[in-house]
Amino acid sequence: MRGADYVIKRTVFALMTVFVAVTLNFIIFRAAPGDATTALRCRNCPEEFKETLRQELGLDKTRIQQYGIYLKELAQGDLGRSFATRQPVTEELATPIRNTIPMVLLGEVIAVFLGILTGVVAAWRRGTFLDSGSVGVSLVFYSLPTQWLGLMLVILFAGTLPISGIGDPFIAFTDPTWWETLKDRLTHMILPSTTLGVVLYGSYALIVRSAMLETLGEDYILTARAKGFRNWTIVWRHAFRNALLPVTTLMAISLGYVVAGAILVEAVFSYPGIGLETYEAVFAKDYPIVQGAFLVLTLSVVLANYVADLLYFKLDPRITT
Amino acid sequence: MTTTAPQTQFAGDPGELPDSRRRSLGVIWSVIRSQPQAAVGTVILVLVVLVAFLAPVIAPYGARERVGQPFERPSGSHWLGLDDGGVDMVTVLIHGARVSLIVGFAAALVAMLIGGAFGILAGYFGGKLDIFLMRVTDYFLVIPDIALMIAIGAIWGRSLRNIIIIIGIVYWPTTARLLRAQVKSVRERVYVKRARALGASNTRIIFRHVLPQVAPLLVANTVLTVAIAIFAETALAFLGLGDPSLISWGKLIENAFEGNAISVGAWWAIVPPGIAVAIVILGCTMLGQALENTLNPRLRVGHLSVRRFRLRTLPDSIDVLTPRPARSGR
Repeated sequence: MRGADYVIKRTVFALMTVFVAVTLNFIIFRAAPGDATTALRCRNCPEEFKETLRQELGLDKTRIQQYGIYLKELAQGDLGRSFATRQPVTEELATPIRNTIPMVLLGEVIAVFLGILTGVVAAWRRGTFLDSGSVGVSLVFYSLPTQWLGLMLVILFAGTLPISGIGDPFIAFTDPTWWETLKDRLTHMILPSTTLGVVLYGSYALIVRSAMLETLGEDYILTARAKGFRNWTIVWRHAFRNALLPVTTLMAISLGYVVAGAILVEAVFSYPGIGLETYEAVFAKDYPIVQGAFLVLTLSVVLANYVADLLYFKLDPRITT
Repeated sequence: MTTTAPQTQFAGDPGELPDSRRRSLGVIWSVIRSQPQAAVGTVILVLVVLVAFLAPVIAPYGARERVGQPFERPSGSHWLGLDDGGVDMVTVLIHGARVSLIVGFAAALVAMLIGGAFGILAGYFGGKLDIFLMRVTDYFLVIPDIALMIAIGAIWGRSLRNIIIIIGIVYWPTTARLLRAQVKSVRERVYVKRARALGASNTRIIFRHVLPQVAPLLVANTVLTVAIAIFAETALAFLGLGDPSLISWGKLIENAFEGNAISVGAWWAIVPPGIAVAIVILGCTMLGQALENTLNPRLRVGHLSVRRFRLRTLPDSIDVLTPRPARSGR
């Protein structure tokens, strides 16, 4: 049975990575010099307050005990409570995550579309101005800081498109239909998603291009040409289909990192997703939230990697290990 | 670009015994000389480093000198206008190069040391140590960089030293993987075996024979890491985790954003630092990629490829075999 072995291997790896991330999370936040209370930097807080806080956080126990408690709580889905709002972290993070996902997906769609289009065209017209031009543009976009690109879009589109938030705060008063609400959400998503899409597209285009160049060099392409197929058919039906293998896995993997990369984009556009939540929690020194967000972001990457591994396996029958 | 194999291309004088240490630097130099892409990258980097070095001399005003109202428009005396504190933008841009480059190079150095040590130890000794070290590397590869940096940065506090270490400990895994593969092949070469037969210790073999062989690749990879580190610095600064007392390009973008440069319409406070970052990153990417493509025989594929891909041949080596798609109908 070819499949079972591979799937088990990847599953074990994914689970181990989750465990390592969980442990790192513990080490970073608790075993660092000092503890959450010294990091509070509140000079006026009385010692008793810090003491109760320490007890509440379980910081008076040994590290090993703390680790055990931490794992146990985590297994029960308990990530602690936010310093700022006193609400459970899981509840605090639920809405932001729901907000982030559609925005990231739209960005990914934009990136995939642009990346495939320019990558394929560049490979097809290899050596021409179109090729060098699109490779150059991809490299430039790859070199620009995400937050800076976002700010450029803000400057360019301020006035024509909403540049912050997730929706019009006054829309509720106008008794909107579901269609109006959706439209409002989408228009608020355009700029953040475009930023993500443009940042990502550069690397996608380069990878699609090199994958296409490789398949275009295969013998079966020559055969197809000898058979007299049109260029269009050769490029899309013969070459692109086979180039899709590395492209799909790459995109699946990058999807996880996109969620993490959304931090910068959301900070620029004040888009109330997991990224903005993290950003604000860092400023407010709300460590339980930062910790929870770190875990969520890592999990999303691990999940994306896992999916990519399985996809790769499904798409390429040659993989055996 | 020539079609000769890279291995023979830089072999040096065949009559001369290969002096491994001289070769390592020589290879890099010959790549820079022979590939325009690498040459352009080098020129860009040298220029930026010069600007950073000479900052106090060439900057037209003081780095903290208030010369006018906040966000004053660009004019003859202030080419790029003023920033949110009324400081000349050209001046802060020049001074910002210092911190950005220091962070970039120092963090890349940290990554190089950790990644190099992991890669060499795993590749050279193999066995259980190899498995253990590479597992650790794999886990670190998967953890999202920005999230990890934020988590550590939020706890450690904001200082230049912390930023350097944070970026360094986030970006070492790719270096480790690359080096391990390389060391594994060097270890099997005849002269290493001969040295071992002559009774050389592991330390001696590693430092005298393995390290000089993999050094050029390590340098290539470090150049690429510099770009990533500068990128990471802007991200950290933008998220408010930069050193508050220092001017860097990332900090300039953050200041402009926090100072509402956008609602004032002061594009000149935001556009130049972003372009400066892009130029340096472009320089590093061009040089690093050219070096890596030439030096790494295993990964003949662009830097952007993801680790688990099958190894592919470089597009340029295919070129000879590939019939150009005929443009029928024209």
